[in-house]
Amino acid sequence: MSTGHDYPSPPHFRKPLLDTPFHERARALSQNDNFVPWSGYTTVDVFTTVEQEYFAIRNAATLYDLTPMIKYRVVGPDAERYLNRLVTRDVRKLKIGRVSYVVWCNDSGHILDDGTIFRFADQDFRLCTAERQLDWLLDSAIGFDVVVEEITAQVAALSLQGPTSCYVLKKFGLVGAEQIKPFEFREFQSAGRTIMVSRTGFTGDLGYELWMQPEHAIAIWDALVEAGRTRGIRAIGSQALNLARIEAGFLMPNIDFLSAEHTIRMHRERTPLELGLDWLVDLGKPHFNGRRALLRQKAEGLRRMLVGLDIEGNKPAHNALLYASPRDQRECGFITSAMWSPTCKRNIALAILDAPYFEMGRRVHADIYLHRELVWERRMAAATVVERPFFAPDRRRLTPPADR
Amino acid sequence: MTTHAWDVIVIGAGHNGLVCAQHLARAGQSVLVLEAGSAVGGFAAAREFAPGFKAAVGAQLIHQFSDQSVRELQLERHGLRWAARKLSTTVVTPERSVRILGGQVSGTSANDAHAWAHLSARLDRYAQFLNAVQSSCPPRLGSTDFQDRWSLLKMGLRLRLLGRRDMREFLRIVGMNVYDLATDELADPLLQAALGMDAILGSNFGPRAPGTVLTLLSRRAGETTSANGYSLPIGGPGALAVALADAAQAAGVTLRTDALVARIAVEEDRVVGVDLATGERLCAPRVVSNVDPRQTFLSLLGTAHLDTGFVRRVDHFRQRGITAKLHLALGGLPTLQGLEPSRLGDRLLVAPSLDYIERAFNASKYGEVSSHPALEVTVPTIHDPSLAPAGQHVLTAIVNYAAFDTKAGTSAARAALLQNTLATLDAVAPGLSARVLHSELLLPSDLERECRVTGGHWHHGDLAFDQFLMVRPFPGAAQYDSPLQGLYLCGAGSHPGGGLTGLPGRLAAERILRSRP
Repeated sequence: MSTGHDYPSPPHFRKPLLDTPFHERARALSQNDNFVPWSGYTTVDVFTTVEQEYFAIRNAATLYDLTPMIKYRVVGPDAERYLNRLVTRDVRKLKIGRVSYVVWCNDSGHILDDGTIFRFADQDFRLCTAERQLDWLLDSAIGFDVVVEEITAQVAALSLQGPTSCYVLKKFGLVGAEQIKPFEFREFQSAGRTIMVSRTGFTGDLGYELWMQPEHAIAIWDALVEAGRTRGIRAIGSQALNLARIEAGFLMPNIDFLSAEHTIRMHRERTPLELGLDWLVDLGKPHFNGRRALLRQKAEGLRRMLVGLDIEGNKPAHNALLYASPRDQRECGFITSAMWSPTCKRNIALAILDAPYFEMGRRVHADIYLHRELVWERRMAAATVVERPFFAPDRRRLTPPADR
Repeated sequence: MTTHAWDVIVIGAGHNGLVCAQHLARAGQSVLVLEAGSAVGGFAAAREFAPGFKAAVGAQLIHQFSDQSVRELQLERHGLRWAARKLSTTVVTPERSVRILGGQVSGTSANDAHAWAHLSARLDRYAQFLNAVQSSCPPRLGSTDFQDRWSLLKMGLRLRLLGRRDMREFLRIVGMNVYDLATDELADPLLQAALGMDAILGSNFGPRAPGTVLTLLSRRAGETTSANGYSLPIGGPGALAVALADAAQAAGVTLRTDALVARIAVEEDRVVGVDLATGERLCAPRVVSNVDPRQTFLSLLGTAHLDTGFVRRVDHFRQRGITAKLHLALGGLPTLQGLEPSRLGDRLLVAPSLDYIERAFNASKYGEVSSHPALEVTVPTIHDPSLAPAGQHVLTAIVNYAAFDTKAGTSAARAALLQNTLATLDAVAPGLSARVLHSELLLPSDLERECRVTGGHWHHGDLAFDQFLMVRPFPGAAQYDSPLQGLYLCGAGSHPGGGLTGLPGRLAAERILRSRP
């Protein structure tokens, strides 16, 4: 089994953070030099302003460099059985050419990470993850005839999201791109280059992810920018994407939950049931990591759960503690992600609430701290447990999508 | 609905499997024992290594099998007879020798004899404490179960009852290496080596390895259960296994030999029986594995039924044997230099100093066999002529050390270690190799194959602090349990570990009888 750490880069002690294949373009477009590290690469947090970039996601088309996302190739006669034992969903149901959103757990049913599985062939898969975890993946391979290798550096990835993204793909020259259904992927040839396009994303909007060889990255970026010129295409950083994903109700590792590998204190780890991801857990399939623990938790009932909140007012409830009543001394939960949603015109948040407060429709109170010109102020705002996602336009599912 | 033909199936008719089976059968369970080979006993199984010459594959002396178990299991009623009991230990070098029986030594200075008696009495007190711990099911840590908390409390209480001085002294030495303890307490290198040999036999350690005082105490803890010291059954250790099998069958156990289990059968996340290599399915709601933990979980059960974190612990379990076994068929008795012929009937140690043992151990670290191996030797035919044709003899030796994976390859390593061992024996018993009619040297890899124990480890896994007591073999499988409903362990890989004690088998049976099927 190969570790895949064969990066074509200068010695790491000279340049601890690597450049992605799109870095040259990102550097040129960045107006405020706002770069952040992501899985060993330097990536853009904000190109211009977060508002401008956010509205491009909801109204036009956006390019987001997701090359640093960790990718593993999983091949071999036992690849399906191996992945089925690894993740909580039933991988046997994943057809060739389809993508599945998955989470995986340790022995005690606590989430290690989330990601996606692409099925290329019967015995050929790609697993995309937020964190590097070859150690866990290789130990999981004991007893299975399967090869797992990291291919992060071998595949450049670009996310094209927004209502005009399908138009951009067609204009770019990918004939039939409009036929790709959600969670489906296809391979295209363009000017002698192979591009894999999957209808996936982290915005909850119409959008695609493009996978290519690193040496083709710049040419494809340029061609996409040219194709999207009349449709408002622009590069976006991680901050704008984070706003879009909160509206879509998606969870962000290390913000909404912590990998069980990184927790030290008791009760800081989360099971998929506690994160409201029970639809991802197939307790009826053959044994998988954490199954026995999840069955026990299901029988015993949840002590806390992640839910969506609709909060009164327009002050984002960042990091707020939650109380059952405004006069309570003891909190009943806390906010993990919060924002004023410009598209929904609602003050929304993701929060972990103790039992029984996580029931749908339950009212709690958010203790919001506001920092205004160096003065701290406090607001106690009523909040209601609501359904996620907060924003789910029909266009995200429509096939073929409108051109706009 | 699966109909169960048996209440319990035990995989492996090693001594622990047979002990476990008999206890279960006596409690009213219908029990089937499956043995892959044609003889019972595992490491203690009798073996004719040359026409007319017999020895057990592994074990050569019985010294940890409790007198109480012999009575409870009715072994003497089922044919167990003793050829010799309370054998002395003689440490022999070409120049001199010392003879040890319990706390008494002859052949050394008065000072050392006194020091030995003193140390021996102290170690025996600690061994008695440890024996109390080793003869009960270890508690689960972090458990809120009354039984677990009670046994943890009892353990602490027993330690406290050693008295302030002994408790402190016990806690001081228990994590030490035997080299330091022996050189602190004793001056005679032969006595130091005798202590060192007891600490390392069968393990993956040299005398300087941390934790070797623990292995020493653990061995002595087993020895406190018998008033009869080093013993030799008529017919060799294999006769103990045969008596165990006969007694088990008399208690209602069904025994099938030549029945190789291919896998443990699982349906809907619980054990339903076993599949034999022939394809035959044998059904039982509970399966007890006397097979080593690695093979049980990784081969017989399969990782698909287990969580990755647990598999990781199985994979990290240290169970590489570095101990070999020598069997010699002798045309006549050799003479031990300077000693009367009857002394050949002692438990003989050929290890003149701790440094000698440590140097022998070094070889195993680098994929080699010891050039000057440290030996525990017996000549069982002195006490039991039935093991060889009339007038001829058998010599057996536990040979330390041989790396599991030897750089030179198995047959070259085997030849080299045989030559080195014969040369070592010749030095203390001149002319011995000239009397050898036939020889057999079993390397750890041979023992792995012969006894079907991964790594050929004598104790199914190193006895060390991280593989001891409530974490033996590893969390999630300690307390004879497994993550899978209906699957249990009863072998030397479980608490309290290896040696011919029968304790893992007995404690596993108690644990199984306490749990619901």
